[in-house]
Amino acid sequence: MIDERIYLDNASSTRLDERVMEAIKPYLYEKYAVATSDFGHTMGVDAKEGLESARETIASKLGADVSEIVFTSGNAESSNLALKGVMGAVENKGHLIISAIEDFPVLHTAKKLEKQGHELTILSVDKDGFISLSDLKDEIKENTALVSIQHGNQEIGTLQNIPEIGKLCADEGVLFHTDATHTFTRVPIDVKYVDLITISAHTIHGPKGIGALYVSDGVKLEKQMEGGFQEKGRRGGLENIPGAVGFARAVELVDEEENERLKEMRDHLIERIQEEIPDTTLNGSREKRIPQNANITFHYVEGESITLHMDMRGVAVSTGSACFSASLEASHVILGIGGDHERAHGSVRFSLGRFNTMEEMDHTVEHMKEIVGRLREISPLGKEVKK
Amino acid sequence: MKSPYTEKVIEYFKNPKNVGVIEDADGKAQEGSPACGDMVKVYIKVDEEQVIEDIKFESYGCASNIATGSIITEMAKGMPIDDAKKITWQDAADELGGLPPVKAHCSVLAIDGLRAAISDYEERHGLIEDKEPTTVEVVEDRLKRVMNPMTGLDVIKTDLIHDISVEEGVVTIYVDLDEEHQFANAIKEDIKEKVEPIWDVKKVEVHFEGD
Repeated sequence: MIDERIYLDNASSTRLDERVMEAIKPYLYEKYAVATSDFGHTMGVDAKEGLESARETIASKLGADVSEIVFTSGNAESSNLALKGVMGAVENKGHLIISAIEDFPVLHTAKKLEKQGHELTILSVDKDGFISLSDLKDEIKENTALVSIQHGNQEIGTLQNIPEIGKLCADEGVLFHTDATHTFTRVPIDVKYVDLITISAHTIHGPKGIGALYVSDGVKLEKQMEGGFQEKGRRGGLENIPGAVGFARAVELVDEEENERLKEMRDHLIERIQEEIPDTTLNGSREKRIPQNANITFHYVEGESITLHMDMRGVAVSTGSACFSASLEASHVILGIGGDHERAHGSVRFSLGRFNTMEEMDHTVEHMKEIVGRLREISPLGKEVKK
Repeated sequence: MKSPYTEKVIEYFKNPKNVGVIEDADGKAQEGSPACGDMVKVYIKVDEEQVIEDIKFESYGCASNIATGSIITEMAKGMPIDDAKKITWQDAADELGGLPPVKAHCSVLAIDGLRAAISDYEERHGLIEDKEPTTVEVVEDRLKRVMNPMTGLDVIKTDLIHDISVEEGVVTIYVDLDEEHQFANAIKEDIKEKVEPIWDVKKVEVHFEGD
């Protein structure tokens, strides 16, 4: 038994990097003023410099112009702003296309827009979680205003082909939004294929409560948060400058070496589990996958039982089982790729971050072997297979 | 550790009692379905005094399902079947020091499993008191406990049963599915398991007539 906790729920949120905290501090204790115009007081100008320099860091990481970055309170607000903002800017009502495995901010916003009179098409995905380009092409029609297809999936890690989707949307004259909450800084994205991108700090060891929406120059967006004239009139309300500064620092701290390390840990975890635990299924694409995600179904056992046993051993993981969710519904992502409740029932998501180690991957596999073995002894299923 | 579960639930979850199979069970039942979520199997051994002398269970479920399965087997062991039948979800929850209400669905399965295992025993041993002749409605009611593995809902709700006839103890069930279908055999087995124990049923025939 190991003393330290092993945190493998980084897709939900990450631990703040201490270097991010160091960057934030001056903006809480010294440069705490509101970002004012250039003609305001010195403290306001200092604060504004922090905000704008953060914007520059994030814009440059994306390859965007500073004017194209709108700070928000996080990925949920960014996706709300993208979908409601674009659909709100169309004359009369429009048509919107999303995939079946989008995260809740996109899925629920799209469904709300549908209730308000817009048309919604939800594209199904294949067994690995990929949308079909030809399906997408078939669904685009005259009044289609926006396509929102995520970059990397929150549960199964599958990466969509952003350039291909983007080219298609551009050819058809339709705006394209992507939720890059789980890929920003981890998997490159070229803004030339996308009109709107949701990003967030909390998934990359930055603070909670800060995110941004990339809005390509010229995209018409209806403001959703009324307040002052902040963010060039696209998002009212006092700017979260400490958050923005922390976000920028978090972006700077991610490098390719780290992404490679995450991939190695992910692959090690997947390979050891597949080799050492019988009757498992990897959920999501093996090849086109975000570096920090492994999602595996352990057949004949239930996910909440696994997560509870893991938690008692100090390992934090998540599951797509209905028993685990607040709505008692099985994961819409796992159902989306297979339509099978059994697959969701025993699914476990391991999401990695900067502070995980290879040793932790090995401990995790050892714990999983014991737990899955014990639960299978209790289970009425799978006995025939073993005989 | 902060948990919505009581210490007792966690203790039973970690070390469940009476887990396993009774090979020569006098009564057995399966509740739930792997397709829809949790599942539980209960096996009982009943002595000549109608007392449950041994009971075991298996669970494909979450913590509350495992803990409830464990506690009710302990409660029912040594109990006359007529008393064991009356154990409720609330009794089990109380014994466990409380269960989250949201988990009722998962834990009630274990209670259903116990009751169904007792009914199975009674049916096999001709102990059903009100021996009304079996009707199509009775069979239909039984089939509501047969799950359609493609949807996770029962075969009645999913319109998989095309027709049912009951004639002199022979129940014939027509299933709207191709005989070659991947799940045809599993569904047939499940139907037989649920309908055959009815006291006046001599034979169950399952026909597939899909295309």
